[in-house]
Amino acid sequence: MPVSSSPPPILDSSLCRLLFLGSRDSSTMRKCLWLWGLLFIALGFAWSITAERNPRTERISGSAGDVLEDDPVGRLKVYVYELPSKYNKKILQKDPRCLSHMFAAEIFMHRFLLSSPVRTLNPEEADWFYTPIYATCDLTPTGLPLPFKSPRMVRSAIQLISSSWPYWNRTEGADHFFVVPHDFGACFHYQEEKAIERGILPSLRRATLVQTFGQRNHVCLNEGSITIPPYAPPQKMQARQIPPDTPRSIFVYFRGLFYDVNNDPEGGYYARGARAAVWENFKSNPLFDISTEHPTTYYEDMQRAIFCLCPLGWAPWSPRLVEAVVFGCIPVIIADDIVLPFADAIPWEEIGVFVAEEDVPKLDKILTSIPPHVILRKQRLLANPSMKRAMLFPQPTLPGDAFHQILNGLARKLPHPKSVYLKPGEKILNWTAGPITDLKPW
Amino acid sequence: MKLSGLHQSYINRRTNSFRSSGPLDSSSDSAIKSPAAIFWLVFHGLCCLISLLLGYRFSRLVFFFLFSTSSTNFYTSPFRSTAELVKTLDVHSVLSNNPVANLDLPLLNKTVTNSRVVVGRHGIRIRPWPHPDPVEVMKAHRIIEIVQKEQRSQFGVKNPRTVIVVTPTYVRTFQALHLTGVMHSLMLVPYDLVWIVVEAGGVSNETASLIAKSGLKTIHVGFNQRMPNSWEERHKLESKMRLRALRIIREKKLDGIVMFADDSNMHSMELFDEIQNVKWFGAVSVGILTHSVNTDEMADRKKDEEENPRMPVQGPACNASDMLAGWHTFNTLPFAGKSAVYIDDRAIVLPRKLEWSGFVLNTRLLWKDSSDKPKWIKDIDMLNGDIESPLGLVNDPSVVEPLGNCGRQVLLWWLRVEARADSKFPPRWIIDPPLEITVPSKRTPWAFKIQ
Repeated sequence: MPVSSSPPPILDSSLCRLLFLGSRDSSTMRKCLWLWGLLFIALGFAWSITAERNPRTERISGSAGDVLEDDPVGRLKVYVYELPSKYNKKILQKDPRCLSHMFAAEIFMHRFLLSSPVRTLNPEEADWFYTPIYATCDLTPTGLPLPFKSPRMVRSAIQLISSSWPYWNRTEGADHFFVVPHDFGACFHYQEEKAIERGILPSLRRATLVQTFGQRNHVCLNEGSITIPPYAPPQKMQARQIPPDTPRSIFVYFRGLFYDVNNDPEGGYYARGARAAVWENFKSNPLFDISTEHPTTYYEDMQRAIFCLCPLGWAPWSPRLVEAVVFGCIPVIIADDIVLPFADAIPWEEIGVFVAEEDVPKLDKILTSIPPHVILRKQRLLANPSMKRAMLFPQPTLPGDAFHQILNGLARKLPHPKSVYLKPGEKILNWTAGPITDLKPW
Repeated sequence: MKLSGLHQSYINRRTNSFRSSGPLDSSSDSAIKSPAAIFWLVFHGLCCLISLLLGYRFSRLVFFFLFSTSSTNFYTSPFRSTAELVKTLDVHSVLSNNPVANLDLPLLNKTVTNSRVVVGRHGIRIRPWPHPDPVEVMKAHRIIEIVQKEQRSQFGVKNPRTVIVVTPTYVRTFQALHLTGVMHSLMLVPYDLVWIVVEAGGVSNETASLIAKSGLKTIHVGFNQRMPNSWEERHKLESKMRLRALRIIREKKLDGIVMFADDSNMHSMELFDEIQNVKWFGAVSVGILTHSVNTDEMADRKKDEEENPRMPVQGPACNASDMLAGWHTFNTLPFAGKSAVYIDDRAIVLPRKLEWSGFVLNTRLLWKDSSDKPKWIKDIDMLNGDIESPLGLVNDPSVVEPLGNCGRQVLLWWLRVEARADSKFPPRWIIDPPLEITVPSKRTPWAFKIQ
């Protein structure tokens, strides 16, 4: 008669959990095995999740938090006004170069919004209103935009939308946004003195401006504007990638003008003398690969450099910043008081090096005194693919790209404060302010 | 009309100066010329005339000193302007809107509050000695080294293995030349290295002093046989010396990858990166540099080159699916009977069928009691003779791994160059005592030839 006094199952299994030995019964043994197996699998999962996923990159979190990977869909609704094509399509047809120059963001933003899930066809439920005007598409034969007709164009567009839809008059444009990627944003001039004189176009003073220009305490940067990177062609940059194990052997790299010989031959005006100072101080320094020649291997050279200079020109921003970020070269920003793209989402202080314009003669000392672990950390932050994507305007759109960062920025400004809505009959903007030439119809 | 005039000038905004637009703009705004405008115009004209006489833009200096703000740097601008003054004799550029801009400065300061950044002319800051500072240059190079090391650890080989280099050598005139070349290549290798130098004729001070300069971990052994005078015998002895080195590896149980670097060969840095990919037994393509000193050979050479225009390469041959299909060897038929027999013959030196330098081994193949050793490797102690190439160590030649993109990349070059048998060289290449006979330079033979 088999005397198998099987102990109570609960006690047995707990003992098993502790010892895994001494269980004579095969079924409890199997139960033990299952329990241990599950425990190991669970531990394995936990370990793999918490372990450093990729030591090559680091997470980016700016002052607004970890927001680069936020999805704006569902957080806001944008209504796109249907303007006559003389404001957008016809201009583009006249000059298709507008699609590839650095001001092309306005055109691609329009196209993105037309097919985006944040677009709503019902203006009553919209949080933001977008007016598609291609104000930076009047180009000279050499390809530079002339801003002289832009104020009139914008003003006439606003007159149109304020008369055809009630939403402008409700808030006088405070829940509208405009993309103005020109040199000094909505000041619509390429010369800084003139731009400051004009100030932001009076009709746009309450609207949110999405612009590339950003400088603190400057007339042309409104509180609450969203700074974006200039457009840089993503396919061209992708096509010129070199193998990542190519050693970075150039210390500092820069290609561009130091003196604008046509407009400011002596220097001192252009770039507030900063670019000229870079040239005069470092032209004989072998560590500084700087020149005015435009080589065919520009993109490849950037990928072989550790630092890329991004000094100001006539305006503080330039596509160099985008190129430096995409190619993993630490940007050295020489522009006092500049506001960089998506400044609340991207911690530029941790990614780039900021050098005051008066410290340019000491640039080599500044760069070599950065501790190596800081340099490696900056490179890891730059290697993060979400960082690179946030600087680009790819077609077709990708999650986390600059379009989505703009929408994230707009979503962060919601909900609109009550003060935005005007009482009926109240008027804040002065429609007749500004130079007389601006008031002509377009 | 006015608009189109403005438009015209604005059309070349980057090419033409904005200066011309300045006065136009102001004149378009104020139809009646105010006395101030007239005064400035007259002053401009006066400045023009003075500059014409003096030959430089003196207006710039005047206005700079009169209207400069704190943002400009005094000592640098005159420093620079004197240089520029000599260059710019362009009178057209005198018509500047300097006065306009500098007058705007005080106005701007009022409109833009709290901004340190001011529009207008700034000085160009140049430090007193605008040349590279050697301390900073060294620091920068150290930073570059650190960045590249990090890159290598991220994208390069993970867990690099020690490279064990076997070099047979002997004392002769060209030894310093060849061995220094190999030594410099090995000093650049970014991985751990052990250099086993086997010397025919015993350990000598010559070789030892050469090797000591490398700073590498070296094992210097002597082989008790003098290097013979013929190429055939030399190749055989070198094989024996290499087997001796392999036995040392076996005794010391060194762990890593063995490669054979003959002292007259040239190695590329990519070779050392590529051999890290070997699992057990690998082969790379070796470029064979044969040279002919004899001019009679040239005519035959040309014919050869028409048939085989490429440099001969020894190494693994792959089929379309990147599997080892065979071997490229050196075709010795065209040179039959014309090749060098003795080491100092002025004729082509031929390599053997497959050179040792094209093979790399995992040291675990050599260990006596290695549990995961594959079956196809022969034990070194069991070899009764010497072997012509490392393929003699394997039972089945199909297990060899082709490296370097399946043999398509030539990663090293084989060359044999030796001096005449009667050539002498000073020991350790030190001329001591100094030469006695010195010829004054006026009396040298070539001084007469030029005349």
